Amino acid sequence: MSAQSQTFYNDKVVRQFTVMTVVWGIVGMLVGVLLAAQYYWPVLNFDQHVSWLSNGRLRPLHTNAIIFAFGGCALFASSLHIVQRTCHVRLISDGLAAFVFWGWQAIIVAAAITLPLGYTQGMEYAELVWPIDVAITVVWLAYAALFFGTIAKRHVQHIYVANWFFGAYIITIALLHVVRNLAIPTGWMSSYPVYSGAVDAMVQWWYGHNAVGFFLTAAFLGMMYYFIPKQAERPIYSYRLSVVHFWALIAIYMWAGPHHLLYAALPDWAQSLGMVFSLVLLAPSWGGAINGILTLSGVWHKLRTDPILKFLIVALSFYMMSTFEGPMMSIKTVNSLSHYTDWTIGHVHSGALGWVAMISIGSLYALWPRLLGLKQMYSTKWIDTHFWIHTVGVVLYIASMWIAGVMQGMMSRATDPNGTLVYPEFISTLIETKPYYLIRLAGGVLCLIGMGLMLVNVLKTLQQAKNPAPQPVLEPDAAQARA
Amino acid sequence: MSPFWSFYIILLVVINLGGCTFLLWWTSRPKLDDPGNTSHVWDGDITEYDKPLPRWWINLFYLTLVFSVGYLIWYPGAGSFAGIGKWTSQNEVAKDQAAGDEKLAATFRPFEGKSIDELARDATARALGRGIYGSQCATCHGALAQGANGYPNLTDNIWHWGGSAEQVTQTVLQGRTAAMPSWSEALTSMGGANAVDDVTTYVLSRTDSSLLSTNAEAIARGGKLFASVCSACHGADGRGNVDLGSPDLTDSDWLYGRSRAAIREGIERGRNGVMPAQQPLIGEMRARLAAAYVWSLSHPTASQ
Repeated sequence: MSAQSQTFYNDKVVRQFTVMTVVWGIVGMLVGVLLAAQYYWPVLNFDQHVSWLSNGRLRPLHTNAIIFAFGGCALFASSLHIVQRTCHVRLISDGLAAFVFWGWQAIIVAAAITLPLGYTQGMEYAELVWPIDVAITVVWLAYAALFFGTIAKRHVQHIYVANWFFGAYIITIALLHVVRNLAIPTGWMSSYPVYSGAVDAMVQWWYGHNAVGFFLTAAFLGMMYYFIPKQAERPIYSYRLSVVHFWALIAIYMWAGPHHLLYAALPDWAQSLGMVFSLVLLAPSWGGAINGILTLSGVWHKLRTDPILKFLIVALSFYMMSTFEGPMMSIKTVNSLSHYTDWTIGHVHSGALGWVAMISIGSLYALWPRLLGLKQMYSTKWIDTHFWIHTVGVVLYIASMWIAGVMQGMMSRATDPNGTLVYPEFISTLIETKPYYLIRLAGGVLCLIGMGLMLVNVLKTLQQAKNPAPQPVLEPDAAQARA
Repeated sequence: MSPFWSFYIILLVVINLGGCTFLLWWTSRPKLDDPGNTSHVWDGDITEYDKPLPRWWINLFYLTLVFSVGYLIWYPGAGSFAGIGKWTSQNEVAKDQAAGDEKLAATFRPFEGKSIDELARDATARALGRGIYGSQCATCHGALAQGANGYPNLTDNIWHWGGSAEQVTQTVLQGRTAAMPSWSEALTSMGGANAVDDVTTYVLSRTDSSLLSTNAEAIARGGKLFASVCSACHGADGRGNVDLGSPDLTDSDWLYGRSRAAIREGIERGRNGVMPAQQPLIGEMRARLAAAYVWSLSHPTASQ
């Protein structure tokens, strides 16, 4: 036994982030359900009485809560767990880890207060006012130092593929966040962006789409690359595939932003590049899914008995579906129909509820008992129930929004023989969409119920673990060890 | 775009697409003496195979790369290179518009040169006009053409600018601007502080005889002021003048409402309702079809 093995992993910060993932997931989805209900019953806006309950104020709260609070906490928890386990070393600093946790929670609370009050920069996914943006930058740099510092001190030669993806995501998000939020403050709660016009729009969607690409895709692939082989107890299918799809994914994603601005004021050449690179993105995106799914070769029977694997594999299925749908929607002729309709909302949610939420939920169900020194969650049956509730919810959500979106697109472009619009009033598409909004609401409610069940399961599991012993750092395989 | 930036964009595109192609070719070569795995181990039990890339996936990737190169040769994208197809979004819009215009011309051809009452009698023309009305006119006059405060009802027989087919057509094609000035200063200087109220009372009394006994003095004062100021447009009898668009003040139709406050506001501040000219917006043919539809609403017998 060398001196190294006497030290223990820092699981405290991982446990904290894990619990907060579930909490913020419930908060974010609850706001989502309220928004969905407002589309069906506009009276629920209460905007005659309280402005902060109106759809316009809560919508950015929902997106920020899901992406940065729910998704963010899931990524902090998994990346900080995975980087320790696959580097065979404790995080370089407990202080920094605590700072990242409490700093991120403070940012979330600040967002949850300022957004409903109407303080916003008015840029999608970058709504938070500049003092919060500065705080995000500081916490993110601390996170980068913690992650890369731990990689640098690793006790194995090779850096595991999951960490490539986390590394790419941490660097890119820092870049995206700073460039998008460059602004000249005009007060504590107000500022003007340094860009204007079409350049501002391009910066916005360069940021917006790479937030999807690196925060919601690359980083969650990192999560997938650890928990699928761990849970399936099988080797990753192909190292080569990891290499080619990693580099292709991060290179090509950077170009895809202009597909949000097709047939807009962006120059033709930029629109073409956005569309072409979005199409090229299909194969690199699928590469990760194939690598994950084929890792199950030989143990497919485990899907019958292990609901955690079901979550992970169905997450990959939704991932493949939405990364096929995305390139298709980037084709200009398809986009001319799908843009500005609920099809886009459906696409986003097949990514967010199908891929991001399911891979996170599955991973956390795998992670939580391990963190507490237990064999499994309090109830495996509840995980299975959660799986089915969630899956049905997602399908209801995205199927209703597909139908609604295509219908809205067709109605918006319909002209009668005299060349005028058949449905010139926006309200006429809304009236036709109403039933689908009810189905969407039902889907959202199911997902929220599932998260409630998860919270109970997490707390019951926590109750079972009385003072879990700290887990010692594992000695790396002798052939893999690094001096 | 300057040659530098054009070169910069082309270079980045080539590096990215070329890099992907090279990476794909490099990793998909068959390996000799392939051990089948990387022998890496992490966290006790995580290992990696190194299986060949699925053939269909390699082909899919190459296919998208080939497509992208072809697309960037045909369409603009590679810096300032316009693409051999010379495609531009402006041209696409122009082409779409030309195709649409051609279709419309065919639709409208049967109605060229027809008079408004002929059009109003033609069911197809009325249907076309109704569609145009829906997108151009309904915003102000309402989907049922019954108007709103400040926007005239088009289904009755009251026409401030004249209700003949020719007059309605002129209103639609050329537009109208009402010119009721603000009279508060002029009236006050002539008839004292209560002048606006007096004229208001007088105007109200024309359609409400119950005021005659209770407000006789005010009506007398207002009547004098009306005769010297208002009658120029509204006529000595207050029945209006369609050539000036001045409304009849003795009927039951009140564009801005018949309340004392509304009438007083009209006198005090003036009214300048605008009907925008439609011909410059949608062309003569469509404007005439809309006019025929509108005219048919108040002439149901003539249009059957």
